Amino acid sequence: MRDVFAAESGGMPQLNPEFWISQIFWLTLTFGTLYIILSKLILPKISANLELRKSQIQENIEAAEKQRKESEIKLKEYDEIILKSRLKANDIFKDSREKVIKDINIKKEALDKQIDEEIKKVEKEINQLKETSPEKINKIAIEISSDILKKLIGADVNNSSISAIVNDLLKRNGNKYYGN
Amino acid sequence: MAANPMTQFEVYRIGPEVKIGAFDISFTNASLFMVISTLAILLIFNLGSKKNTIIPNKIQLLAELSYTFVSKMISDTAGTKAKPYFSFIFSLFMFVLFCNMFGMIPYTFTVTSHIIVTFVLAAFIFISVTIIGFIKHGFGYLKLFVPSGVPVVLLPLIVIIEIISYLSRPISLSVRLFANMMAGHTMMKVFGGFVISLGIIGGWLPLTFSVALTGLEILVAFLQAYVFAILTCIYLNDALNLHH
Repeated sequence: MRDVFAAESGGMPQLNPEFWISQIFWLTLTFGTLYIILSKLILPKISANLELRKSQIQENIEAAEKQRKESEIKLKEYDEIILKSRLKANDIFKDSREKVIKDINIKKEALDKQIDEEIKKVEKEINQLKETSPEKINKIAIEISSDILKKLIGADVNNSSISAIVNDLLKRNGNKYYGN
Repeated sequence: MAANPMTQFEVYRIGPEVKIGAFDISFTNASLFMVISTLAILLIFNLGSKKNTIIPNKIQLLAELSYTFVSKMISDTAGTKAKPYFSFIFSLFMFVLFCNMFGMIPYTFTVTSHIIVTFVLAAFIFISVTIIGFIKHGFGYLKLFVPSGVPVVLLPLIVIIEIISYLSRPISLSVRLFANMMAGHTMMKVFGGFVISLGIIGGWLPLTFSVALTGLEILVAFLQAYVFAILTCIYLNDALNLHH
Protein backbone atom coordinates (compact mmCIF):
# COMPACT_ATOMS: atom_id res chain seq x y z
CA MET A 1 0.00 0.00 0.00
CA ARG A 2 2.77 2.41 1.03
CA ASP A 3 4.94 1.54 -1.94
CA VAL A 4 2.09 2.08 -4.32
CA PHE A 5 1.38 5.56 -3.04
CA ALA A 6 5.05 6.47 -2.91
CA ALA A 7 5.40 5.51 -6.53
CA GLU A 8 2.27 7.37 -7.55
CA SER A 9 3.29 10.63 -5.87
CA GLY A 10 6.72 10.68 -7.46
CA GLY A 11 8.55 9.52 -4.35
CA MET A 12 7.27 12.22 -1.99
CA PRO A 13 5.64 10.55 0.99
CA GLN A 14 4.37 14.00 2.05
CA LEU A 15 1.85 13.92 -0.77
CA ASN A 16 0.50 10.54 0.24
CA PRO A 17 -2.88 11.32 1.82
CA GLU A 18 -3.10 8.00 3.64
CA PHE A 19 -2.18 9.44 7.06
CA TRP A 20 -3.23 13.05 6.55
CA ILE A 21 -6.28 12.72 8.74
CA SER A 22 -4.21 10.99 11.40
CA GLN A 23 -1.59 13.74 11.29
CA ILE A 24 -4.21 16.49 11.49
CA PHE A 25 -5.88 14.70 14.39
CA TRP A 26 -2.66 14.19 16.35
CA LEU A 27 -1.41 17.69 15.57
CA THR A 28 -4.63 19.19 16.90
CA LEU A 29 -4.49 16.97 19.96
CA THR A 30 -0.83 17.53 20.86
CA PHE A 31 -0.71 21.22 19.95
CA GLY A 32 -4.01 21.85 21.68
CA THR A 33 -2.78 20.14 24.83
CA LEU A 34 0.48 22.03 24.66
CA TYR A 35 -1.31 25.37 24.21
CA ILE A 36 -3.78 24.76 27.04
CA ILE A 37 -1.17 23.58 29.55
CA LEU A 38 1.32 26.32 28.64
CA SER A 39 -1.23 29.14 28.69
CA LYS A 40 -3.14 28.01 31.80
CA LEU A 41 -0.40 26.58 33.99
CA ILE A 42 3.16 27.25 32.97
CA LEU A 43 3.38 30.66 31.29
CA PRO A 44 1.50 32.53 34.08
CA LYS A 45 3.97 31.06 36.55
CA ILE A 46 6.98 32.18 34.52
CA SER A 47 5.41 35.60 34.08
CA ALA A 48 4.76 35.84 37.82
CA ASN A 49 8.34 34.79 38.54
CA LEU A 50 9.67 37.46 36.21
CA GLU A 51 7.38 40.12 37.68
CA LEU A 52 8.36 39.14 41.19
CA ARG A 53 12.03 39.31 40.36
CA LYS A 54 11.57 42.67 38.69
CA SER A 55 9.72 44.13 41.65
CA GLN A 56 12.17 42.64 44.11
CA ILE A 57 15.13 44.05 42.20
CA GLN A 58 13.35 47.39 42.05
CA GLU A 59 12.77 47.26 45.79
CA ASN A 60 16.38 46.35 46.42
CA ILE A 61 17.55 49.19 44.22
CA GLU A 62 15.29 51.61 46.07
CA ALA A 63 16.52 50.35 49.42
CA ALA A 64 20.11 50.65 48.25
CA GLU A 65 19.43 54.17 47.03
CA LYS A 66 17.91 55.07 50.38
CA GLN A 67 20.86 53.66 52.25
CA ARG A 68 23.24 55.46 49.97
CA LYS A 69 21.50 58.76 50.73
CA GLU A 70 21.59 58.02 54.42
CA SER A 71 25.25 57.21 54.31
CA GLU A 72 25.88 60.41 52.38
CA ILE A 73 24.16 62.39 55.11
CA LYS A 74 26.16 60.53 57.72
CA LEU A 75 29.32 61.23 55.78
CA LYS A 76 28.48 64.94 55.71
CA GLU A 77 27.85 64.91 59.44
CA TYR A 78 31.09 63.13 59.97
CA ASP A 79 32.93 65.68 57.85
CA GLU A 80 31.35 68.49 59.79
CA ILE A 81 32.33 66.91 63.07
CA ILE A 82 35.87 66.45 61.85
CA LEU A 83 36.02 70.07 60.68
CA LYS A 84 34.63 71.32 63.98
CA SER A 85 36.99 69.25 66.01
CA ARG A 86 39.87 70.38 63.89
CA LEU A 87 38.96 74.03 64.52
CA LYS A 88 38.55 73.27 68.18
CA ALA A 89 41.89 71.53 68.30
CA ASN A 90 43.43 74.54 66.59
CA ASP A 91 41.86 76.85 69.14
CA ILE A 92 43.04 74.69 72.00
CA PHE A 93 46.48 74.61 70.52
CA LYS A 94 46.56 78.37 70.11
CA ASP A 95 45.24 78.96 73.61
CA SER A 96 47.70 76.66 75.23
CA ARG A 97 50.50 78.12 73.18
CA GLU A 98 49.62 81.62 74.27
CA LYS A 99 49.34 80.49 77.84
CA VAL A 100 52.67 78.78 77.69
CA ILE A 101 54.27 81.82 76.08
CA LYS A 102 52.76 84.06 78.76
CA ASP A 103 54.00 81.74 81.48
CA ILE A 104 57.42 81.65 79.94
CA ASN A 105 57.47 85.44 79.67
CA ILE A 106 56.42 85.88 83.28
CA LYS A 107 59.01 83.44 84.45
CA LYS A 108 61.60 85.02 82.21
CA GLU A 109 60.83 88.46 83.59
CA ALA A 110 61.06 87.18 87.14
CA LEU A 111 64.30 85.49 86.36
CA ASP A 112 65.66 88.59 84.66
CA LYS A 113 64.74 90.63 87.68
CA GLN A 114 66.42 88.16 89.96
CA ILE A 115 69.49 88.08 87.78
CA ASP A 116 69.61 91.85 87.64
CA GLU A 117 69.33 92.02 91.38
CA GLU A 118 72.07 89.47 91.82
CA ILE A 119 74.27 91.32 89.38
CA LYS A 120 73.65 94.60 91.18
CA LYS A 121 74.39 92.97 94.49
CA VAL A 122 77.59 91.48 93.21
CA GLU A 123 78.61 94.74 91.59
CA LYS A 124 78.03 96.51 94.85
CA GLU A 125 80.17 93.99 96.66
CA ILE A 126 82.87 94.34 94.07
CA ASN A 127 82.75 98.08 94.37
CA GLN A 128 82.89 97.82 98.11
CA LEU A 129 85.83 95.50 97.82
CA LYS A 130 87.46 97.85 95.38
CA GLU A 131 86.95 100.73 97.72
CA THR A 132 88.20 98.94 100.81
CA SER A 133 91.01 96.96 99.31
CA PRO A 134 93.66 99.76 98.88
CA GLU A 135 93.39 100.64 102.54
CA LYS A 136 93.75 97.00 103.53
CA ILE A 137 96.63 96.55 101.18
CA ASN A 138 98.23 99.67 102.54
CA LYS A 139 97.85 98.33 106.03
CA ILE A 140 99.29 94.99 105.02
CA ALA A 141 102.12 96.73 103.15
CA ILE A 142 102.94 98.87 106.14
CA GLU A 143 102.86 95.87 108.49
CA ILE A 144 104.99 93.76 106.18
CA SER A 145 107.42 96.63 105.62
CA SER A 146 107.77 97.24 109.34
CA ASP A 147 108.24 93.47 109.91
CA ILE A 148 110.92 93.31 107.23
CA LEU A 149 112.65 96.40 108.53
CA LYS A 150 112.52 94.97 112.01
CA LYS A 151 114.16 91.80 110.82
CA LEU A 152 116.69 93.69 108.74
CA ILE A 153 117.79 96.29 111.17
CA GLY A 154 116.51 94.68 114.34
CA ALA A 155 114.81 97.75 115.60
CA ASP A 156 111.27 99.09 115.65
CA VAL A 157 110.61 101.59 112.99
CA ASN A 158 107.99 104.27 113.35
CA ASN A 159 104.85 103.10 111.64
CA SER A 160 103.83 106.58 110.66
CA SER A 161 106.99 107.13 108.62
CA ILE A 162 106.46 103.83 106.77
CA SER A 163 102.85 104.66 106.07
CA ALA A 164 103.94 107.99 104.66
CA ILE A 165 106.25 106.19 102.23
CA VAL A 166 103.57 103.66 101.26
CA ASN A 167 101.00 106.35 100.73
CA ASP A 168 103.48 108.24 98.63
CA LEU A 169 104.08 105.10 96.51
CA LEU A 170 100.40 104.46 96.24
CA LYS A 171 99.77 107.91 95.01
CA ARG A 172 102.43 107.47 92.37
CA ASN A 173 101.74 103.94 91.31
CA GLY A 174 98.20 103.27 92.59
CA ASN A 175 96.65 103.59 89.17
CA LYS A 176 98.92 100.83 87.88
CA TYR A 177 97.68 98.30 90.45
CA TYR A 178 94.01 99.02 90.90
CA GLY A 179 93.01 100.25 87.51
CA ASN A 180 91.19 103.31 88.88
CA MET B 1 14.83 1.34 -0.75
CA ALA B 2 17.23 2.34 2.04
CA ALA B 3 19.26 4.52 -0.32
CA ASN B 4 16.16 6.49 -1.30
CA PRO B 5 16.48 9.85 0.50
CA MET B 6 12.70 10.20 0.68
CA THR B 7 12.23 7.08 2.80
CA GLN B 8 12.87 9.08 5.95
CA PHE B 9 9.67 11.06 5.38
CA GLU B 10 7.43 8.02 5.24
CA VAL B 11 4.71 7.79 7.81
CA TYR B 12 3.86 4.37 9.18
CA ARG B 13 1.49 3.09 11.73
CA ILE B 14 2.71 2.26 15.22
CA GLY B 15 0.34 -0.16 16.92
CA PRO B 16 -3.16 -1.01 15.79
CA GLU B 17 -5.28 0.79 13.23
CA VAL B 18 -7.69 3.20 14.92
CA LYS B 19 -10.68 4.56 13.05
CA ILE B 20 -13.35 7.08 13.89
CA GLY B 21 -16.06 6.59 11.30
CA ALA B 22 -14.31 6.68 7.96
CA PHE B 23 -11.25 8.51 9.33
CA ASP B 24 -8.02 6.73 10.14
CA ILE B 25 -6.51 8.32 13.23
CA SER B 26 -3.95 5.60 13.97
CA PHE B 27 -0.92 6.43 16.07
CA THR B 28 2.02 6.85 13.67
CA ASN B 29 5.66 7.79 13.89
CA ALA B 30 4.59 11.37 13.15
CA SER B 31 2.19 11.29 16.09
CA LEU B 32 4.98 9.84 18.24
CA PHE B 33 7.27 12.79 17.57
CA MET B 34 4.48 15.31 18.08
CA VAL B 35 3.86 13.72 21.48
CA ILE B 36 7.60 13.63 22.27
CA SER B 37 8.03 17.30 21.33
CA THR B 38 5.00 18.32 23.38
CA LEU B 39 6.16 16.34 26.39
CA ALA B 40 9.70 17.73 26.10
CA ILE B 41 8.41 21.32 25.99
CA LEU B 42 6.09 20.73 28.91
CA LEU B 43 8.81 19.02 30.92
CA ILE B 44 11.40 21.75 30.35
CA PHE B 45 9.05 24.64 31.01
CA ASN B 46 7.44 22.92 33.97
CA LEU B 47 10.85 22.43 35.56
CA GLY B 48 11.76 25.98 34.58
CA SER B 49 8.75 27.51 36.32
CA LYS B 50 8.50 25.26 39.35
CA LYS B 51 10.89 26.98 41.71
CA ASN B 52 10.87 30.70 42.01
CA THR B 53 14.29 31.90 42.99
CA ILE B 54 15.66 35.39 42.61
CA ILE B 55 18.81 34.00 41.06
CA PRO B 56 17.48 31.44 38.57
CA ASN B 57 19.01 28.02 38.05
CA LYS B 58 19.94 26.88 34.56
CA ILE B 59 16.61 25.42 33.51
CA GLN B 60 14.70 28.35 35.00
CA LEU B 61 16.98 30.70 33.12
CA LEU B 62 16.27 28.80 29.91
CA ALA B 63 12.53 29.06 30.44
CA GLU B 64 12.67 32.72 31.37
CA LEU B 65 14.97 33.65 28.50
CA SER B 66 12.63 31.88 26.07
CA TYR B 67 9.70 33.73 27.61
CA THR B 68 11.35 37.13 27.27
CA PHE B 69 12.65 36.29 23.80
CA VAL B 70 9.17 35.50 22.45
CA SER B 71 7.63 38.32 24.45
CA LYS B 72 10.06 40.81 22.95
CA MET B 73 9.55 39.39 19.45
CA ILE B 74 5.79 39.90 19.75
CA SER B 75 5.95 43.38 21.23
CA ASP B 76 8.50 44.45 18.60
CA THR B 77 6.46 43.26 15.61
CA ALA B 78 2.84 43.46 16.72
CA GLY B 79 2.87 45.91 19.62
CA THR B 80 1.17 45.72 22.98
CA LYS B 81 -2.21 44.81 21.52
CA ALA B 82 -0.87 41.35 20.66
CA LYS B 83 -0.41 40.45 24.33
CA PRO B 84 -3.48 38.17 24.55
CA TYR B 85 -2.03 36.03 21.76
CA PHE B 86 1.30 35.57 23.51
CA SER B 87 0.52 32.06 24.75
CA PHE B 88 -0.45 30.90 21.30
CA ILE B 89 2.63 32.31 19.57
CA PHE B 90 4.85 30.98 22.32
CA SER B 91 3.34 27.50 21.96
CA LEU B 92 3.61 27.71 18.19
CA PHE B 93 7.24 28.78 18.25
CA MET B 94 8.20 26.12 20.77
CA PHE B 95 6.26 23.37 18.99
CA VAL B 96 7.82 24.11 15.61
CA LEU B 97 11.27 24.57 17.15
CA PHE B 98 11.15 21.30 19.07
CA CYS B 99 9.76 19.33 16.10
CA ASN B 100 12.54 20.78 13.93
CA MET B 101 15.21 20.05 16.52
CA PHE B 102 14.03 16.51 17.24
CA GLY B 103 14.21 15.92 13.50
CA MET B 104 17.94 16.63 13.65
CA ILE B 105 18.59 13.52 15.73
CA PRO B 106 19.45 10.59 13.43
CA TYR B 107 16.69 8.00 12.87
CA THR B 108 14.01 10.37 14.09
CA PHE B 109 11.05 11.69 12.17
CA THR B 110 10.66 15.38 11.34
CA VAL B 111 7.04 16.34 11.92
CA THR B 112 7.43 19.72 10.22
CA SER B 113 8.75 18.18 7.02
CA HIS B 114 5.17 17.28 6.15
CA ILE B 115 3.16 19.80 4.21
CA ILE B 116 -0.08 18.72 5.81
CA VAL B 117 1.19 19.58 9.30
CA THR B 118 2.60 22.97 8.36
CA PHE B 119 -0.41 23.74 6.22
CA VAL B 120 -2.86 23.00 9.02
CA LEU B 121 -0.89 25.31 11.32
CA ALA B 122 -0.66 28.02 8.67
CA ALA B 123 -4.31 27.71 7.73
CA PHE B 124 -5.35 27.93 11.34
CA ILE B 125 -3.24 31.08 11.76
CA PHE B 126 -4.61 32.57 8.52
CA ILE B 127 -8.24 31.96 9.44
CA SER B 128 -7.77 33.14 13.03
CA VAL B 129 -5.99 36.32 11.94
CA THR B 130 -8.69 37.07 9.37
CA ILE B 131 -11.42 36.57 11.98
CA ILE B 132 -9.54 38.76 14.48
CA GLY B 133 -9.15 41.42 11.79
CA PHE B 134 -12.87 41.48 11.01
CA ILE B 135 -13.81 41.49 14.70
CA LYS B 136 -11.50 44.41 15.47
CA HIS B 137 -12.21 46.54 12.41
CA GLY B 138 -15.44 45.19 10.89
CA PHE B 139 -15.56 45.68 7.15
CA GLY B 140 -12.89 48.31 7.62
CA TYR B 141 -10.45 45.41 7.62
CA LEU B 142 -10.89 45.29 3.85
CA LYS B 143 -8.96 48.56 3.71
CA LEU B 144 -5.93 46.30 4.12
CA PHE B 145 -6.20 45.65 0.40
CA VAL B 146 -6.26 49.35 -0.50
CA PRO B 147 -2.86 50.87 0.21
CA SER B 148 -2.84 54.63 0.74
CA GLY B 149 -1.03 56.94 -1.63
CA VAL B 150 -1.57 54.81 -4.73
CA PRO B 151 -2.72 56.52 -7.97
CA VAL B 152 -6.37 55.80 -8.76
CA VAL B 153 -5.43 54.34 -12.14
CA LEU B 154 -3.29 51.65 -10.53
CA LEU B 155 -5.74 50.95 -7.72
CA PRO B 156 -7.65 48.01 -9.27
CA LEU B 157 -4.39 46.26 -10.10
CA ILE B 158 -2.89 46.88 -6.66
CA VAL B 159 -6.04 45.64 -4.93
CA ILE B 160 -5.94 42.43 -6.92
CA ILE B 161 -2.27 41.92 -6.13
CA GLU B 162 -2.90 42.63 -2.43
CA ILE B 163 -5.77 40.14 -2.32
CA ILE B 164 -3.68 37.46 -4.01
CA SER B 165 -0.75 38.05 -1.68
CA TYR B 166 -3.08 37.94 1.31
CA LEU B 167 -4.68 34.70 0.19
CA SER B 168 -1.32 33.10 -0.55
CA ARG B 169 -0.13 33.72 3.00
CA PRO B 170 -1.05 30.28 4.37
CA ILE B 171 0.56 28.61 1.37
CA SER B 172 3.80 30.59 1.55
CA LEU B 173 3.95 30.18 5.31
CA SER B 174 3.44 26.43 5.25
CA VAL B 175 5.52 25.69 2.16
CA ARG B 176 8.46 27.72 3.47
CA LEU B 177 8.76 25.60 6.60
CA PHE B 178 7.96 22.29 4.95
CA ALA B 179 10.31 22.84 2.00
CA ASN B 180 13.19 23.96 4.18
CA MET B 181 12.87 20.96 6.43
CA MET B 182 12.44 18.50 3.60
CA ALA B 183 15.26 19.91 1.48
CA GLY B 184 17.72 19.95 4.36
CA HIS B 185 16.99 16.42 5.45
CA THR B 186 17.02 15.12 1.89
CA MET B 187 20.37 16.75 1.25
CA MET B 188 21.84 15.26 4.40
CA LYS B 189 20.54 11.85 3.44
CA VAL B 190 22.05 12.19 -0.06
CA PHE B 191 25.45 13.15 1.34
CA GLY B 192 25.18 10.32 3.84
CA GLY B 193 24.53 7.94 0.93
CA PHE B 194 27.64 9.27 -0.86
CA VAL B 195 29.75 8.45 2.19
CA ILE B 196 28.66 4.82 1.94
CA SER B 197 28.96 4.50 -1.83
CA LEU B 198 32.39 6.21 -2.08
CA GLY B 199 33.74 4.04 0.71
CA ILE B 200 36.75 4.50 2.93
CA ILE B 201 38.84 6.35 0.29
CA GLY B 202 36.44 8.87 -1.24
CA GLY B 203 33.88 9.05 1.52
CA TRP B 204 35.68 11.65 3.61
CA LEU B 205 34.64 14.63 1.49
CA PRO B 206 30.88 13.99 1.67
CA LEU B 207 31.33 13.14 5.35
CA THR B 208 32.85 16.59 5.90
CA PHE B 209 29.92 18.11 4.02
CA SER B 210 27.55 16.09 6.14
CA VAL B 211 29.07 17.44 9.34
CA ALA B 212 28.94 21.00 8.05
CA LEU B 213 25.36 20.49 6.86
CA THR B 214 24.34 19.27 10.30
CA GLY B 215 25.44 22.59 11.76
CA LEU B 216 23.65 24.47 9.01
CA GLU B 217 20.50 22.43 9.47
CA ILE B 218 20.42 23.13 13.20
CA LEU B 219 20.61 26.81 12.34
CA VAL B 220 17.84 26.38 9.76
CA ALA B 221 15.74 24.47 12.28
CA PHE B 222 15.90 27.42 14.67
CA LEU B 223 15.60 30.03 11.98
CA GLN B 224 12.51 28.50 10.38
CA ALA B 225 10.76 28.24 13.73
CA TYR B 226 11.62 31.88 14.33
CA VAL B 227 10.46 32.93 10.86
CA PHE B 228 7.24 30.99 11.28
CA ALA B 229 6.54 32.71 14.58
CA ILE B 230 7.56 36.17 13.45
CA LEU B 231 5.44 35.98 10.29
CA THR B 232 2.51 35.00 12.47
CA CYS B 233 3.23 38.11 14.53
CA ILE B 234 3.35 40.25 11.40
CA TYR B 235 0.01 38.89 10.14
CA LEU B 236 -1.42 39.47 13.59
CA ASN B 237 -0.06 43.02 13.50
CA ASP B 238 -1.93 43.64 10.23
CA ALA B 239 -5.12 42.45 11.87
CA LEU B 240 -4.65 44.39 15.11
CA ASN B 241 -3.18 47.65 13.85
CA LEU B 242 -4.56 48.46 10.44
CA HIS B 243 -1.85 50.51 8.76
CA HIS B 244 -3.18 51.09 5.28
